[in-house]
Amino acid sequence: MAIVATRNLRKVFPHADQAAVNGIDLETNEGEFLVFLGPSGSGKSTLLRMIAGLETPTSGEVLIGGQVVNDLSPRERRIAMVFQSYALYPHLSVYENIVFPLKAQGVPKAQHRDKVNWAAGLLGLELLFSRKPRELSGGERQRVALARAIVREPAVFLLDEPLSNLDAKLRLSAREELEHFHQRIGTTTIYVTHDQVEAMAMGDRIVVLHQGTVRQIGTPMEVYDTPADAFVASFLGSPPMNLFEDGAFMVGFRPEHLQPTPASDPSGLHLQLRVSHLEYLGSEWILYAQLEGGRFADRQVVARLPSNTSGYRTGESYAFSVSGEHFHFFDKASQKRLPVRPAWP
Amino acid sequence: MALNRSSTRDVSSALLGAGMFAPALVYMLLLVALPFALAFVYAFGDVKVGSTEYHFVGFENFASILESPSFRKALRNSFIFTIASQVLTLIGSVTLALLLDRQFRGRKWVRFLVLLPWVAPMSIGAIGWKWMLDSIYSVISWALIALHVFKPFDAPMWLGEPELAMLSVILVHSWRLLPFSTVIILAGLTAIPKDIPEAAAIDGASFWRVLFQITLPMLRPILNVAQLFGIIFTFTDMTVVYLLTQGGPFDSTQVLPSLAFSTGILGGDLAAGAAIALFIVPLLLIVAFAMLRAAHRAELT
Repeated sequence: MAIVATRNLRKVFPHADQAAVNGIDLETNEGEFLVFLGPSGSGKSTLLRMIAGLETPTSGEVLIGGQVVNDLSPRERRIAMVFQSYALYPHLSVYENIVFPLKAQGVPKAQHRDKVNWAAGLLGLELLFSRKPRELSGGERQRVALARAIVREPAVFLLDEPLSNLDAKLRLSAREELEHFHQRIGTTTIYVTHDQVEAMAMGDRIVVLHQGTVRQIGTPMEVYDTPADAFVASFLGSPPMNLFEDGAFMVGFRPEHLQPTPASDPSGLHLQLRVSHLEYLGSEWILYAQLEGGRFADRQVVARLPSNTSGYRTGESYAFSVSGEHFHFFDKASQKRLPVRPAWP
Repeated sequence: MALNRSSTRDVSSALLGAGMFAPALVYMLLLVALPFALAFVYAFGDVKVGSTEYHFVGFENFASILESPSFRKALRNSFIFTIASQVLTLIGSVTLALLLDRQFRGRKWVRFLVLLPWVAPMSIGAIGWKWMLDSIYSVISWALIALHVFKPFDAPMWLGEPELAMLSVILVHSWRLLPFSTVIILAGLTAIPKDIPEAAAIDGASFWRVLFQITLPMLRPILNVAQLFGIIFTFTDMTVVYLLTQGGPFDSTQVLPSLAFSTGILGGDLAAGAAIALFIVPLLLIVAFAMLRAAHRAELT
C-alpha cells in the first residue's frame, strides 16, 4: 500500500492551445478510495495516465510511496490499472490473461498457480479459466481485468472508467462488487469517472476536476453540501443546483430544497412559480418552472418532490419556498464560495 | 397481372446482372483460364515454336524436365529464393511497421519514401540495382573500397559469383516486397487498440515480451495473409532474376519461372516450358491451402 501524490503536475499536449492538466497538487490517504470526477476534457484521464506512467508530465512530479517516480516506467511503479475497455489480451485465455503480469515480472513459476487461483477466487472466475475474452460477458471481462490487476498485489490501483461499458443494471451490481472488493484488499485506489453517482457512492473522497485544475477535494458530503465554487455546485447533483446571479454574487439552492410548504424560517425565500413541465421518475417528481415576480422573475428553476405528491399541473402557479440554511453563495467574479454568508436578500 | 410484371422485372434484372458481370468473366476466361488450359494442352503434347503438329505425349515432358539438372537446380533455387526473401521481408517489414507506427516528426515523409519502391516500375528499380551491383561501376563496391573493406580492383563481383548473385537477387527482391508488406502490417498494427500494449507495459512486460507475446500473436492473421501473398508472388515471379542475372551465372540464380521462360519462349520448346510452369501449380495450391487454413484458425481462436 502506498500514498500517491502529485506536485504542481502539468501536461500540455503538442499543438494544444491549453494545458490538459494544469498544475495539480493532491495526495491520497493510505488505502483510500479516491475518485477523480469531471466532465469529459477535464483532464482526469490524463492525470491518471501520468500517475500510471503512460503519459510524460510536461512539468511537476508524481510521487508514489514518497518516491518521485517521474523517470520510472509503468512496470517499476508497482501500480495496476484497469482500462475502460478492460484491454484484455484477446488471443489469451482467462488464465493466461491473469498470469501474464506474473510472468512479465519474473515471479517464480511455482507461485503462478496459487496466485492466479487466489485472484480468480476473489472475483469468482475459477470456472472461466479456459475461456477467451470474447466468450465472456461484459461483467466477466471486467472481473478478469480486475483479477489481472490484483494478482501481482500492486501498491496502487488505478481504474479508468471501468463501469462505463456495462449496461445500467450490470453497472449497479459491478459497482457494489468493486466497493466490496476494495474493502477486502484495502489497496489505495484511484478511480476515474464522469458519473457523479459512481463518485458519490464509491469515493472516500472526490477530486472534482474542471479544465485541468482541481476545483475541490473532499468527502462526497463536503462536495455536495458545501461546494467550493459555482462549477462544483452545478456539476454535482441531478438535476443541478438552481443558480442565479444577484449583484456581486451568485445564489444557489438545490432542487430538493425548493419545496411547496411555506417555510416558518423567516430567512427563507418565498417564490411564486409557474410549472412549465413535469417529469415522473417513479421515486420522485421533477418539476420545471418559471419564477413569477420577485427579484428573479422569469428565471427557470427545478424542484424535486417526493413521488407521493400530486395535484401539480403544467401552466398553474404555486407558492414555493427555500429555507435560509439551504442557500449557497458564490462570488460572481471568482466563482468561489463565500466563506461568510452575506446579508441577503 | 402484378405477379406477371414482377416476374418480368426479375428476368430483366437478372439479365442486367449477367450483363454487368459478363465483362469480368470474359476477362478472366481470356487472360487466366485460357492460358492455363493452353498450358495443360502444351505440357501434355509435343508443341514446338514454328511447328503446327500436336501429338499427345502424356507425362513425357514432366519426366524429361525432372531429369534435367537445370530444372532441379531451378527448383532448389526457387525454394531458397522464396524462403530467404520471405524471411527477410517479414523481419524487415515488421521492424519498419513498428517504427512507422510511432509518432515522430516527418512520419508522413518517411511513410511515402518507404512506399516508393512499390510505386516505381520494377524495371527502373532493377536497372538501378544492376548499376549499383555492376562489376565495374558499383557504388556499393566503391563505398566499401573507400571504407577500406576491400582493396581497389579487388571488390567482389556481386552478380558474377554464384553465392553473391543469389544473395543479391534475394536482397533486391526483398527490397521490392518490403513496402507492400510494411503497409499491410502497419494497417494491422493500427487495428490493435492502444490500450492493449499499454496494459502490457503496466503489467510489467518488456518491449520484447509485448512484441512476441502480445503484438505479433494479435497480428498473426494479417501476417499470414502477407506471407501467403509474398510466397505466391515470389514463387511465380521472375522479374528481378530476369533483369539482374537472367538466371546466371551458370544457372545459379535460375528459378522455375525464369527457367520456364527461357526454355519455352527463348528456347522455343513450348511443351517443356509449359510443363515447368505447371509444376509450380500444385506446390502453390498446397501453400495457399495451408496458409488459408492457418488464417482461418487464427480468426477462430
